[in-house]
Amino acid sequence: MGKSEQLTGSAAAPEASSYTPTEYLEVRDLRIHFPTDDGLVKAVDGVSFALSEGRTLGIVGESGSGKSVSSLGIMGLYNRKNSKISGEIWLDGQEIVGASAEQVRRMRGRKMAMIFQDPLSSLNPFYTVGNQIIEAYRLHNDVTKQVAHKHAIEMLDRVGIPQPDRRVDDYPHHFSGGMRQRAMIAMALSCDPQLLIADEPTTALDVTVQAQILDLIRDLQEEFNSAVIMITHDLGVVAEVADDVLVMYGGKPVEFGDVETLFHRPEHPYTWGLMGSMPRLDRPPTERLLPIKGTPPSLINLPTGCAFHPRCAYRELNNGKSEAEVPQLVESVPGHKVACHLPHERRQQIWAEEIQPKVTEEPLASTDFEEGAP
Amino acid sequence: MSVQDRAPGNALLEVSGLRKHFPVTRGIIFKHQIGAVKAVDGLSFSIRKGETVGLVGESGCGKTTTGRMIMRLEEPTDGKIVFEGHDITHMRQRRLRPLRRDIQMIFQDPYSSLNPRKTVGSIVGAPFRLQKMETEGGIKKSVQELLELVGLNPEHYNRYPHEFSGGQRQRIGVARTLALRPKLIVADEPVSALDVSIQAQVINLLEDLQEELDLTYLVIAHDLSVVRHISDRVAVMYLGEIVELASRDELYQRPLHPYSTALLSAVPVPDPSKRKGRERIRLTGDVPSPLNPPAGCRFHTRCPFVQQTRCADEWPELRELRPGHQVACHWAEDIEAGRITPKERVPVAATEA
Repeated sequence: MGKSEQLTGSAAAPEASSYTPTEYLEVRDLRIHFPTDDGLVKAVDGVSFALSEGRTLGIVGESGSGKSVSSLGIMGLYNRKNSKISGEIWLDGQEIVGASAEQVRRMRGRKMAMIFQDPLSSLNPFYTVGNQIIEAYRLHNDVTKQVAHKHAIEMLDRVGIPQPDRRVDDYPHHFSGGMRQRAMIAMALSCDPQLLIADEPTTALDVTVQAQILDLIRDLQEEFNSAVIMITHDLGVVAEVADDVLVMYGGKPVEFGDVETLFHRPEHPYTWGLMGSMPRLDRPPTERLLPIKGTPPSLINLPTGCAFHPRCAYRELNNGKSEAEVPQLVESVPGHKVACHLPHERRQQIWAEEIQPKVTEEPLASTDFEEGAP
Repeated sequence: MSVQDRAPGNALLEVSGLRKHFPVTRGIIFKHQIGAVKAVDGLSFSIRKGETVGLVGESGCGKTTTGRMIMRLEEPTDGKIVFEGHDITHMRQRRLRPLRRDIQMIFQDPYSSLNPRKTVGSIVGAPFRLQKMETEGGIKKSVQELLELVGLNPEHYNRYPHEFSGGQRQRIGVARTLALRPKLIVADEPVSALDVSIQAQVINLLEDLQEELDLTYLVIAHDLSVVRHISDRVAVMYLGEIVELASRDELYQRPLHPYSTALLSAVPVPDPSKRKGRERIRLTGDVPSPLNPPAGCRFHTRCPFVQQTRCADEWPELRELRPGHQVACHWAEDIEAGRITPKERVPVAATEA
């Protein structure tokens, strides 16, 4: 398929009527704000990305970075009464933000589906697992209960639940954590959606089960050629499954690139911080971790200028620009976009000389650098 | 930092044959026991002064129950816990109370482990009042020193927990733990509820405090990379038993038990270029129920190396294969030498039921 993802500039002028999307999913300058008693919460503030079928986008960020709200926005799962949403979301040639709730509901399940983080609270304890899969299937397909029941068994079998004909009539509390997550996936996939959004699908699971679920999502994606958005805070999971990665901070995208670029030549100080914060099993143990100082910002009171500047170790290098001006997400090398005031060459230099040796603690592979530098 | 320069043989805590069986009863008026959840079933290990022991395993393997028994928050069914020469296994509350100063716990969830109706000052100062300890310059001064020690602003003394972020709350919990200058700290998933960047801050804090205050840690966690980062020795638990116990480098570089190998290979590697060609041992199915654990080796229902003999009927003892490296597997030598190879296994339905 090649790399067909393109990020449109976050300040793109919305010409909703005349715009024709080229990818299966295109998000253009999405903003979701919630007015609260304490002030306006800018949960998502100018996110743009595109995703074609068969590819996986990883969205990484800490809690409160807006990664989950963006995906709920795509699914149309927000309360129209108490949220302000602007921008455009194009799914399979149809615009969602301006569409009616009923239109979006029809698309949900069939064209897009979501796997939630906590399977126990996302499954209804009053209904059997089978019933919950059947419900979604019969909404979109005019079939009898018997056919739908058979389909539910097939789905459970496909996600690797043993004895699916027996387990289909079990209640969620009969299932273990990993099996519940599988049941959620079966439910999400019951209508063969072309877009699958997985919001921290493995965070509540053990590593061995996590590996099973990630394999499963990958296998199913190959089978159905669907587009997948994988939302996670675990860089390990992203490295395992994603083709492209979007790093979010304070409701804004700060870095976007393909997975190789992002892990081998990251350019945003926040991404560096995430890498330094994470103990890794594939490297000799380091004496100390290199955390990002401070705490994630409040979305009501974002710091002025670059939202990351109070925690950034390199803000002095910009002569006060960090505090005054919001950096735009601009392309540094083709396909790699960074929202940082530091010049591109300086960022590459800092990564190569200061960050990478500390993060990896092994001599840098020479090829890693020559390719990317112009 | 290595194990050697920390006075070996000087055990602060010794646990032997520790068991916790939770009874399962039926009936409302005439309760009778119909079974027992064998949450912890025969643990033996020791913790030396100044070292950090990591306890890893999947959820439900009994690692938290172990920590709670050492804290005496849970009454052991069987076995022995010896702390600094005192047998505390069934010690009465009155005699135990002075010893509680020496063993303290850091809890997993910084949101539910702090009383929302009390100020930080009163939360962190509570241990002093409970133990009726006289402190130099009063409780307030001591609390402020503690807050400073864990990297919080001492002026936040009068604030309430909800005014702090998750990472800050965990620091408050750590400050409370440190109030009585404990010797042993049981940290139950100290960072798993925190964001990645905050996790690293708290891990570094725990390491700094250990150096500064000469602390001994028992760290209970499911995150293998966090455990490797902070531990000197690591014990791997499966279904209430320790299946492997070794120094950190031994365990992570040369794991002997098939379960440890599988666990390590399942951790996602944050390096996309290693995505292909990485051998991963896929464990099928779920952990069997501790209500009715498999006979013989408890791991044999999921083990890719399972053999016709011994595995299903003979219980493997934890034995020392290399100095300081204990493993509970009948075939550990053969597996290491490559004489036994893993099988492609079909999913075992029986383990799921």
